[in-house]
Amino acid sequence: MSIKIGVPSKGRLMEKTVDWFGRHGIVLGRAGSDREYAGTVQGIDNVELILLSAGEIPRELAAGRIQLGVTGTDLVREKLGNWQNQVKALAELGFGGADLVLAVPQCWVDVDCLDDLDAAAAAFRVTHGIRLRIATKYHRLTRDFLRDNGVADYQLVDSQGATEGTVKNETAEAIADITSSGDTMHANHLKILHDGLILRSQATLYKSGSADLETEDRVTLLALLEMLKV
Amino acid sequence: MPKRAAIRNEAARLRACFEQAGAQVVETPVLQPAEVLLDLYGEDIRARAYVTSDALRGEQMLRPDFTVPVVQAHMQHGAEPARYTYAGEVFRRQEEDATRANEYVQVGYELFERDAPAASDAEVFSLFYNVLEGLNLRAATGDIGILMAAVDGLHTAERRRAALRRHIWRPRRFRALMDRYSGQAKVPESRVNLLAMVDPMAQAGMRIGLRSDVEISNRINVLREDAAVDPISKNEVAMIDAILAVRETSDNALEHLRDIAVDMPAINGAVDRLAARLEALDGRGIDLTKLDFEASYGRTQMEYYDGFVFGFYAENRPDLPPIATGGRYDALTRQLGQGHEIPAVGGVIRPGLILDLGGVK
Repeated sequence: MSIKIGVPSKGRLMEKTVDWFGRHGIVLGRAGSDREYAGTVQGIDNVELILLSAGEIPRELAAGRIQLGVTGTDLVREKLGNWQNQVKALAELGFGGADLVLAVPQCWVDVDCLDDLDAAAAAFRVTHGIRLRIATKYHRLTRDFLRDNGVADYQLVDSQGATEGTVKNETAEAIADITSSGDTMHANHLKILHDGLILRSQATLYKSGSADLETEDRVTLLALLEMLKV
Repeated sequence: MPKRAAIRNEAARLRACFEQAGAQVVETPVLQPAEVLLDLYGEDIRARAYVTSDALRGEQMLRPDFTVPVVQAHMQHGAEPARYTYAGEVFRRQEEDATRANEYVQVGYELFERDAPAASDAEVFSLFYNVLEGLNLRAATGDIGILMAAVDGLHTAERRRAALRRHIWRPRRFRALMDRYSGQAKVPESRVNLLAMVDPMAQAGMRIGLRSDVEISNRINVLREDAAVDPISKNEVAMIDAILAVRETSDNALEHLRDIAVDMPAINGAVDRLAARLEALDGRGIDLTKLDFEASYGRTQMEYYDGFVFGFYAENRPDLPPIATGGRYDALTRQLGQGHEIPAVGGVIRPGLILDLGGVK
């Protein structure tokens, strides 16, 4: 058998993850062409690289099909119930930083905090006959946050991409989405509520909590974690 | 006997008890239209109920409880007064605690009756009390109606009372609103700046979304009006706190609330209703000197109960959820009936938990 590391298959998150492992003497690479999703690992034996969508890594960790994985805090908390029992965060990697925030149109000059959002939602429901729509792909995190803060009369509508555009397209009144600089929000005439930070996220190395390993693999994993200094 | 069959037998036994008390049996579908439940309970219900869908009927929920379908069935073709009983599975999502059941059997009793609320409350409670006798449970009771009456009686703007009423079941936001309305919490700087502007919409920039300028301006006007309202007095805040702190046996609680009502006559009606209920309970042989009453009971888990609330707990098994819960839900019938209201009180028992406790001796 071998130890499997799950790494995001594309983009800057992948590049930075490869760099981070490289700094610890572990060279991750693609097996064949740039388009192939099989990987190679140098610097340690019996470790396999699995390239995956970042969104699937939490599930694979929880199932124990990979023993280590790099993905965002946001994705682990959104996708895994009781995440602390399913995976263990070993190290924050210092990149891929982004905040999950609640944002409303800039033209809502009367809305600056959750208290305002709640009041606006109540009035909106009376006027329009529907609960105020918040577009997001982070349903669980957003719902828990709004419940903890006692916001009512809203509904979540699913948006898997281009979420900042939903307000202008009138499929939502507000959004809950990831932002790193706030530029995309601003360009789409949205503003972040001043107490609307749902979660601070960054790329994090996780260890599966369910993996029951054979002796040989346990030795490999310990050696690997030692090299990674986690 | 396998556990499932044992639970089904226990459920049948309980339902038979309720039939003997005069209830007719109702059956309801497992799949419920999601829209009705979402409108009632808000988005939070998605965290508690399983949602599924098809291309024809859209979103459906596996029934998280029987209350809504039973009320709907009654409104379509019920005589008055009416008593119903049912037994069947309910389904609850569990995302935090894997040891909690996500599917279990409930047996319920619901009473729709217009003219004698105290007698109806007592009928339902004592029925549950008697059915559960021998299990050595602690009964908890409360009355959301008292807090509602206190809010209705506050000397402040109607909008403020309405906002507080809307958040009766969300204690944290209720507290935040009380702090703001009583001047305990600072007004956010952004609000101060907004209200200082002559024409706040001048800098609103590009308009996007469904919420119109008129709606935004209306809310600013509301905020201006609200800023001019005097704070809720310290005295009234203290009385709300005093009501929320009432926690003693029912006979003492009644006396205590009568004392508070001297300074806050607005709760007199609600306290009279409590007194009438206690009298009716006494008439059915419930010992009021041993019956716990907690004015804030039912505020966090039991949304839509808006009067009498109760629960039965196994004191020596704190790991178990309540064995039975119930209460009065007039407002829910008002909302489902779109103007037609049918005062209702009822409750549910979990037969599986009774068996966990060793069954009724």
